[in-house]
Amino acid sequence: MSEILGSEDLINFTLNGEEVSATNGENLIEACEKAGVEIPRFCYHKRMNSVGMCRMCIVEIDTGRGPALQPSCMLSVSEGMSVNTESETTKKAQDGVLEFLLLNHPLDCPVCDKGGECPLQDQTIAFGPGETRFIEEKRHFEKPIPINENVFLDRERCILCDRCTRFADEVVGDPLIHFIDRGNATQVNTFPEDPFASYFSGNVVQICPVGALTAKPYRFKARPWDLEEIESTFPNPLGDRITIQSSRDQVLRFQGLDNDSVNWGWLTDKDRFSFQAFQSEYRVQEPLVRGGGLNKPDKNGRRLVASSWSNVLNMTTEAINRTEPNRIAIIGGSRLTNESQYAWTKLAKGIIGTDNVDGSLGDELPTRALLGLPTTTIDDVCTPGNTVILITPDLKEEYGTLYIRLRHAAIENSVKLIELSPIETGLSRTAAISLRPRPGEIAKVVESILTGEGPVEIGGIPKEQILQAHELIKGNELKIVYGKQSIAESDQPLIEALALLKKTSNSKFLPLVRRGNAMGAVHMGMAPGLLPGQIPLSEGLKTFLNLWPNLPNEKGMGTEEILQSAANGMIDVLFLLGADPLSDFYDPELVEKALNTVNTVISVDLFVNASAYHADIFFPASAFIEVNGSHTNIEGRVTPIRQKVTSPGTARPDWMIAAEIANRLGYDLNIERPEDAWDELGQTSTTQTKVDMDLICDSPDGQILESTGAITLEEIKEVSDTRPFDSYSLRLVLAKRMYDLGTITQMSPALKEFARTSQLFINPTDFKSMGLKSGEPVLVTAGEKNLTVLVVPNNKVPRSIAFGYLNQMGEDLRTLLVKGADSIDIRIDPTVKVG
Amino acid sequence: MTFPLITTSRWEIEDAHTIDRYVETEGYKALTKALTLTPEEVHDEVKKASLLGRGGAGFPAGVKWGFLPENVWPRYLVVNGDESEPGTYKDRILLERDPHQLIEGCLITCYALGLSQCFLYVRGEMAHGQERVASALNEAYEAGYVGKNILGTEFSVDIVLHWGAGAYIVGEETALIESLEGNRGMPRLKPPFFPASIGLYGKPTIVNNVETLSNVPWIVLHGGEEFSKIGSEQSTGTRIFAVSGHVNNPGVFEVEFGTTTFRDLIMGENYGQGILNGNKIKAFIPGGASAPWFFEEHLDVPLEKSTVDQAGSMLGSGAIVVMDETTDIVRACHNVVRFFSRESCGKCAPCREGTSWLEKILQRIIDGNGRDDDLDLLLDVCDNISPGITWPPKQTTICPLGPSAVSPISSAIKKYKHEFEAYISQSSQGTPVGIQGGIL
Repeated sequence: MSEILGSEDLINFTLNGEEVSATNGENLIEACEKAGVEIPRFCYHKRMNSVGMCRMCIVEIDTGRGPALQPSCMLSVSEGMSVNTESETTKKAQDGVLEFLLLNHPLDCPVCDKGGECPLQDQTIAFGPGETRFIEEKRHFEKPIPINENVFLDRERCILCDRCTRFADEVVGDPLIHFIDRGNATQVNTFPEDPFASYFSGNVVQICPVGALTAKPYRFKARPWDLEEIESTFPNPLGDRITIQSSRDQVLRFQGLDNDSVNWGWLTDKDRFSFQAFQSEYRVQEPLVRGGGLNKPDKNGRRLVASSWSNVLNMTTEAINRTEPNRIAIIGGSRLTNESQYAWTKLAKGIIGTDNVDGSLGDELPTRALLGLPTTTIDDVCTPGNTVILITPDLKEEYGTLYIRLRHAAIENSVKLIELSPIETGLSRTAAISLRPRPGEIAKVVESILTGEGPVEIGGIPKEQILQAHELIKGNELKIVYGKQSIAESDQPLIEALALLKKTSNSKFLPLVRRGNAMGAVHMGMAPGLLPGQIPLSEGLKTFLNLWPNLPNEKGMGTEEILQSAANGMIDVLFLLGADPLSDFYDPELVEKALNTVNTVISVDLFVNASAYHADIFFPASAFIEVNGSHTNIEGRVTPIRQKVTSPGTARPDWMIAAEIANRLGYDLNIERPEDAWDELGQTSTTQTKVDMDLICDSPDGQILESTGAITLEEIKEVSDTRPFDSYSLRLVLAKRMYDLGTITQMSPALKEFARTSQLFINPTDFKSMGLKSGEPVLVTAGEKNLTVLVVPNNKVPRSIAFGYLNQMGEDLRTLLVKGADSIDIRIDPTVKVG
Repeated sequence: MTFPLITTSRWEIEDAHTIDRYVETEGYKALTKALTLTPEEVHDEVKKASLLGRGGAGFPAGVKWGFLPENVWPRYLVVNGDESEPGTYKDRILLERDPHQLIEGCLITCYALGLSQCFLYVRGEMAHGQERVASALNEAYEAGYVGKNILGTEFSVDIVLHWGAGAYIVGEETALIESLEGNRGMPRLKPPFFPASIGLYGKPTIVNNVETLSNVPWIVLHGGEEFSKIGSEQSTGTRIFAVSGHVNNPGVFEVEFGTTTFRDLIMGENYGQGILNGNKIKAFIPGGASAPWFFEEHLDVPLEKSTVDQAGSMLGSGAIVVMDETTDIVRACHNVVRFFSRESCGKCAPCREGTSWLEKILQRIIDGNGRDDDLDLLLDVCDNISPGITWPPKQTTICPLGPSAVSPISSAIKKYKHEFEAYISQSSQGTPVGIQGGIL
């Protein structure tokens, strides 16, 4: 989108008698719009292929053979073309089409949610005839029918523009809604017994040009003219751009914001409907402390009860003051804004003087694997003709809009995807090749793909397929998208694979993180041994000396070590900064023990989650819709987060809580508004790009934080040996599903029902050969650990693999994890009858 | 009869659909001959024959074949056997009575164009024809005429029989391709104007009508020049017409192209044998339901493509439907419009909404609820579907189905406006009962 065009790409054409220029081959409807002439349209959508169905954009076009009516969405602009959007013929045809579209469209605008923001309504006023000549009965269908749990379809209002059906099929690959019947009886509908179960269904509501598709969370809640809106960023790893719309200080809707660089206006349902959670009645509105009351009691029988800010701040500073800095630790912070992250890093490392700060919950890649590689952007990865290696979890489950972008790149722009995934993913079928490396052996697989050499089978993949992949990448500059594929394997094999790929000529990397602003967290120094601006702690003395009163003497601990120390009584004050390690850390037993051992657990969060139940002090924090600041996505792209509503009760932004604590400790954090964080950071570092808040609010593409090169991924001599695999076992893969028991999902009524029961999926052949029967829980063992869980056959899982989703209802699959193992092999014994 | 029967020569033979009888009656001789020629020579013969497409548009087959881009593989032949225009039933009989002739035509075409895969798309409702083609294909495979190394040569072709699901629009070649690919049968957008460049599975594809291909064996056997001597200069060979409606002898007749007139066909002793009950002719559809109607004054127009085009209609799919003086023109018009309204695929708004609106207005007029401005309204709606109501039609739609519904209305109103006015003058002029108080 942003490539610089040479003059040879420009052509001239005549638009309503005036000579204008456009890019050669550009879609005519777009070229006219850029030249200031808006041609009415319904089916045309710039992020989807044109279908020319509604015929509304029909205009008189002369390409040398005389003027003829043609749909402008279907034509490319060419030199010398003459376009007349205002001629009598054009007007007559457009009037006619609009009249046709309105024939059967009910005029129930006063009770229609779309009224006021409806393209059909707007264009009827702008272009249409004033009165109908149609006196017959309109077409009737049953009024809105649900096509899934959240989306309703009113087929009477539908003008059959093919936008929703095209989106489902073309954009996200879930062709679950389709045209049925023909002629005037044509309708959009789902197939019998098969709802529109797409993770992206909310987008069809946004792109519907009439009120045919409505979403339950917004239905009858407001009229568009009562809405106020602000452009912001959804704090997920991709930093999807959104518009927050509210009325009377209540957020009523998130809409995708069309931008070229990131999400193209699309959103996952999980993000779109999550606005409900931030307004949940369960949001904590006042500070809480252990005391009497009715909540769940702690081990001493005390419960969390409402308190005052001065009280919790005093208790916190007292706890800090009486504790050695190295016995204080902070876990979490990856969900905060960049500015709040800076504030908390400064509080911990610059004032308290502890380096025990980790934004990760033990499940992110190490900092050097996030910042230590030459980076790239989503747009760059998706450039036509590219070769892309994917070492990622299922993008459709975890990184919805990136899935959409890569799918588009593969299908429309002939980008070759080489997928290395232990299971079949949403992208497997669009990939040029999709291989199934065994967990723990990715480095060996990457090595043989790069060299084209190796034994007959490498990491579970036949040599033949390795060679096919080798042919595909040979001689090409590679773009590598990578992330943690499973929490049941160590990072080492992936890090070795990345080191190998880094050596190939001009390869570029796009890392995936698991929590919204984990990228911001590393840029803001929320990791042991790191300071903001990609500066290692060891070099921090000279840059931060004048700005930060205290700096830790030595490198601190990461989350895993912090929890271990805490369980051993070595930590006295533990902050949980928007973190729920009990639900997210791979060893819940250790977390339980740590939280019960630490003297003072301080939780800063929106909700009293599982871990916060163990807190002694609870600070209610503001959600992202209630604060100003910025967000860093996986590309390092900083985009604005902007306040739309006020926080409930006395909840405050995270940075403000840090500033208050610093104040009571006797220091000035020097942050009075979010921008101050960037100003101070600008003074500390010469290499870090200074982010200008005004600039990122004005530019749709934000601003990218480039890697300074201060942190690098180590080179490797050779790939480590892999553990032998015994053929009686199944190797375990545990990954995230879009919907789980995560707090935000569970606090959103539209989403909470989508979590499923924990299951282990195995290949149907394995299932059969083990003599398993459907629907029966069986005993699964991993070393000394065991678990009774439902095992289900699934074609997407290759042989010798057991796959499960984390954080679902019922059994906790984390039980099978063994600490420190590079991969986990499990056995299923169907002879042991359970229950 | 001064011309040889080209496509219907075996129709009188009871078992002509079997391979034995076919071979006995010069069957597969053309294929054997073609295989001794180079593909280019076979192509040239068809070009020399100036064989016009027999599906509706009348595009020269040899020229269409020449649109195939060079060196793009694979490429396909698709046979359009989705004949479903009201009154048209020539392909059906060709499929039922002489399936091997079609198969031989396909094989020769594949040889001439270097294709190795052919899809035979047969309309879903033609069960008998489908069975006959299926067993003919089995016989031909067994006898070595279809399949690998045909007649011991290097030439191999597979023919796949595909059964349609019953949609008129699939007769439109790009909709047929969509249907063949397993999608909903809806026309593709143009450009590309010809599937010869981008067709089935995105590959170059030749789509030919059953009758067109059934001519090919004769052309190869007797030479293109011989073929072009039959008929007129512009419209060579013979053509099969289906005559139905108010005639004494409805049926399918092969006639010399270009020289025979409508009068010959409708009144002639060998063909239609005149109007039923000795009545007078009121109107006739000259080329399938989508063609503008002709009237008594057009009876002497020869069955020749360019002449009929100039007279304001088309030979189209070769269906002649005769209406005598007892016909209620408004109801006849409504009947045809209803067909198009129901068969609209639903893709383009003007066709989807416009044709059903036209149907509803006509229904209202027939029901005695016509209004004075209804004729203007009818014509204006027609104009919005087909700007200017010209012939050949301009269209606001992707394919010509929408404008097809305009043809009967514009021709009926042109000649028999008074019949519409008669209906309207007797009407209550009020709002129809069913609509009073309804949602408008």
